[in-house]
Amino acid sequence: MTGPLAWFSALDRKLVRDLWRMKTQALAIGFVIAAGVSVHLLAAGMFSSLEETRRAYYERYLFADIWAPAVRAPDALIAEIRAIEGVQAAEARIRMPALFDMDTMSEPATGEVISLPDAGESSVNRLHLARGRTPAYGQRDEAVVLQAFADAHGLDVGDTVPATIYGGRSDLRIVGVALSPEHVYAIAPGELVPDDRLFGVMWMGRRALARAVDQDGAFNEAVVRLSRGASEAAVIAELDRILDPYGAPGAYGRSDQISDAFVSSEMDQLGTMGRVLPPVFLLVAAFLVNVVVGRMIAVQRAGIGLMKAFGYGDWEVTWHYLKLVGMIALLGLSIGAATGAWLGHAMAALYMEYFRFPFLVFRASATDYAVVAAIALAAILGGAAFAVRRAAALNPAEAMTPPPPPDYSKAAGASLTRLSALDQQTRMILRQIIRWPWRAGLTVAGVAASGALLVGTLFFTDAIDAMIDTSFSVANRQDMSVAFTEPRSRAAFHAIARQPGVMAAEPYRSVPVRLRQGPAEERAAIIGTPLDARLSRLVDARGRPVSPPPGGLVLTDDLAARLGVRAGDIIAVEAAEGRRPSMEMPVSAVATSYVGSGARMEIGDLNRVMGEGPLVSGAYLSVDPEAADALYERLKNAPAVAGVGLQTLAMERLQEMMDENLGTSLFVFVTFAGLIALGVVYNSVRISYAERQRELASLRVLGFSRMDVSYILLGEIALLTLLALPVGAAAGAGLAWYLAQAMSSEMFRMPFVIAPSTFGFAALVVLAITAGASLLVRRQIDRLDMAEALKTGE
Amino acid sequence: MKPVEESPAAQGRPCFVTRGLTKVYGSGPAAVQALRGVDIELPEGEMVVVLGASGSGKSTFLNIVGGLDTATAGQVLFRGQDMSRANHRELTRYRRRHVGFVFQFYNLMPSLTARENVALVTEIAENPLTPEDALALVGLEQRLDHFPAQMSGGEQQRVAIARAIAKQPSVLLCDEPTGALDSATGIRVLEALKTVNDDLGATTLLITHNASIASIADRVVIFADGNVREVRTNTQKKQPKDISW
Repeated sequence: MTGPLAWFSALDRKLVRDLWRMKTQALAIGFVIAAGVSVHLLAAGMFSSLEETRRAYYERYLFADIWAPAVRAPDALIAEIRAIEGVQAAEARIRMPALFDMDTMSEPATGEVISLPDAGESSVNRLHLARGRTPAYGQRDEAVVLQAFADAHGLDVGDTVPATIYGGRSDLRIVGVALSPEHVYAIAPGELVPDDRLFGVMWMGRRALARAVDQDGAFNEAVVRLSRGASEAAVIAELDRILDPYGAPGAYGRSDQISDAFVSSEMDQLGTMGRVLPPVFLLVAAFLVNVVVGRMIAVQRAGIGLMKAFGYGDWEVTWHYLKLVGMIALLGLSIGAATGAWLGHAMAALYMEYFRFPFLVFRASATDYAVVAAIALAAILGGAAFAVRRAAALNPAEAMTPPPPPDYSKAAGASLTRLSALDQQTRMILRQIIRWPWRAGLTVAGVAASGALLVGTLFFTDAIDAMIDTSFSVANRQDMSVAFTEPRSRAAFHAIARQPGVMAAEPYRSVPVRLRQGPAEERAAIIGTPLDARLSRLVDARGRPVSPPPGGLVLTDDLAARLGVRAGDIIAVEAAEGRRPSMEMPVSAVATSYVGSGARMEIGDLNRVMGEGPLVSGAYLSVDPEAADALYERLKNAPAVAGVGLQTLAMERLQEMMDENLGTSLFVFVTFAGLIALGVVYNSVRISYAERQRELASLRVLGFSRMDVSYILLGEIALLTLLALPVGAAAGAGLAWYLAQAMSSEMFRMPFVIAPSTFGFAALVVLAITAGASLLVRRQIDRLDMAEALKTGE
Repeated sequence: MKPVEESPAAQGRPCFVTRGLTKVYGSGPAAVQALRGVDIELPEGEMVVVLGASGSGKSTFLNIVGGLDTATAGQVLFRGQDMSRANHRELTRYRRRHVGFVFQFYNLMPSLTARENVALVTEIAENPLTPEDALALVGLEQRLDHFPAQMSGGEQQRVAIARAIAKQPSVLLCDEPTGALDSATGIRVLEALKTVNDDLGATTLLITHNASIASIADRVVIFADGNVREVRTNTQKKQPKDISW
């Protein structure tokens, strides 16, 4: 024997040739396994990569556990703070909002300036310097810039950035470019999507910054790292007690730190994806492989009989077929592992655009690989073992004679198929389904699972569209929000409102508060807005604006849920600003909010309960786009303005980010869901064809056209696909509902909205795949050997 | 091939005429010459038994006159019409209109009852018997609603015959119809075939290994090495019940 297979045993040569003959089928099964394996590796690997990266980064750069802001606390307090039980390290620092005037754009960039210790390195929240150095002691204008902001504006060491800090204007000279564990997800407060151009962070020497903002000998934020096992709540309580006389609104932990909260939320989402989608893929793959392999081996019955007749034992026969399906499993596993790793690297690169870690390497752990390999192999070998055992148990003579005709007389529901209105071909289709209900059920389940995955993933675009629409067109209709450095009189608002280009303006008062109901406590901000506000408002579940009634408080639904309160309940409110009054207030309504959370009151009511005059914290503006640039210019130079939020840009950015990121992930999921449908349908039809080849050839001999014969074979899958569509739609809606719940976080909530077009698209994909798979088999019907039908029994 | 007019079987007029009928499978050194220029005439309405060893070409001949396969060279005339150059659609129409097939292994649809298996064909035929009448002709009027799995081999083969004759075919082609049956059951099947041949006048070609069946035929054709070695006519036909094997 010569040739490439010469050194194989005869049986192994048969194996290779069998595999080659059924290559399309093997590939279809392999792809389904690969889809399950790669999605699992991607989600699990990405999750563990992010988790490990974050852990290492936080640890190496001493990321804080607690942030304790104050208005102005004396430096001496830091010793007291360091002495709190459970505090491992603490730093006193100054942190100030700032506006940066970038010559690369007309809009002002909002951000903050944070102090660095003048001597030595910080013991909390260290910077990762990418280039340059930290500011030298005594140099008033030196600063380190956040790398994302530097990259967005092409800034480098030696460049100068004009900044407005605490009303004072200064030119900051860049001496270093850095990453910071506090700004992994660099985002302005209240925003949803990071915009590297519009949000900047600078670090200055402590003394230089203290002079600029009138904090000599004082600090306005303590950052604390906890010792292992220390209680965060206890330390926060101590910090609040110490800092209370200095205007502290209350310390908070990592869960309220914007950057970490976003990273955690992303990881939660990834975790959810990893928990829900891959098991569905893997389960469907397992199911399918199980059934397909079982039927495939049933078709090989004669071959098995022959092997046994030659004297091969049960075990050798079983081993032979296990090797065959094992090869298919390996094929699927290798395609899946390679695709999963490739997608993982691509996804890590995508993450690096939003999450600024010094490094992020996608690495699926050995456990991740072992788990998918075990599940995939168990599914495929389990399916095969059962069928092979049954075949191996046959005595050879029996196995080689054609099986007796399957008995359809006892098929449940057969009376239904006796309806005289049916033609015989349709009757055959129905009886085939009723005779093998499990088989039909699994096909329906497989196709439905594919449809459900399509609906469950495509739903994200609908949810985000609804979220964007409600948030930006109904709730927050302002183009811009302007925040003052501190609460100002109404005159400051009118000064803004009178600016050229401002078409409409509404004042707002924002007060940080703690809300309590029983044991539940939440930090939030109460926003006071005018009655009948038209720019920024809360909306109810039907998208109608909700106005806080006199003296009443409106909460967003997520906040209400966390506090366990409903409309009509009374909650305790403790203001963390001004005279810091404590009071009890009725919750008059609960509003729907997809983005952000908080509480609303009428602005006059809020001023009254705060015991202050008609103060405002800022303004919401509607702006004439033509005059926007001039307005930006004036705002950048206005000392009272601490920050400018650009709503329209935020919406565009969000849309852009969704299109980029979601587009990529959706493409992957749609492809994989499609592969599942293809695998299920093609194999189902292909095996039916193999089992019924003789029947179909006989029909051709009897004078039935190719079309008639195709109808019998493909009508079954068409009917099952049609049955699967509503099942898939319902299951998809369920999946979408679950994902909407699971993916919602404090930052945003996913509305459970599925557009009819999503169902339509999913159905179209499934139908197109069914049609495509059917056409592949249809080609084989054209090649049916009629003469063969006359001869052999099998 | 143009559609063939339905003409009543006229005794003596040829149903099939073949000239130089040749069939080669494969090409080059692997080519197999299955038919080597067969010339034969088969009159309308006769019962013809085709005998021959394995590989003698009898099945290939049946496949070509049955419209399942086309010849490599030569001509087949069915009622004067040349079907050698027919395409697959015309052959399908020919089988549907004119030919009834009976297979060695019955090839019934297991998901259909006896009545429904026959109806499968009557639904696409132009002037069919009712399924009930067709089944009565083969003595199965009591088994109308039984599925193949509920019937014996002989019964299944008789359903197959009923299915083949229900369209009132011009030609009935049977490939080893008794090959899978015991002698007594086989004789019942032959009786059914004879009844059909007598009552409907369909030209019947019956392929078999079994030489004793030849005695019930009007004409016996013996194939060897891809050609017709001998054709003889029986002056004294036996009844199926008078033969045995």
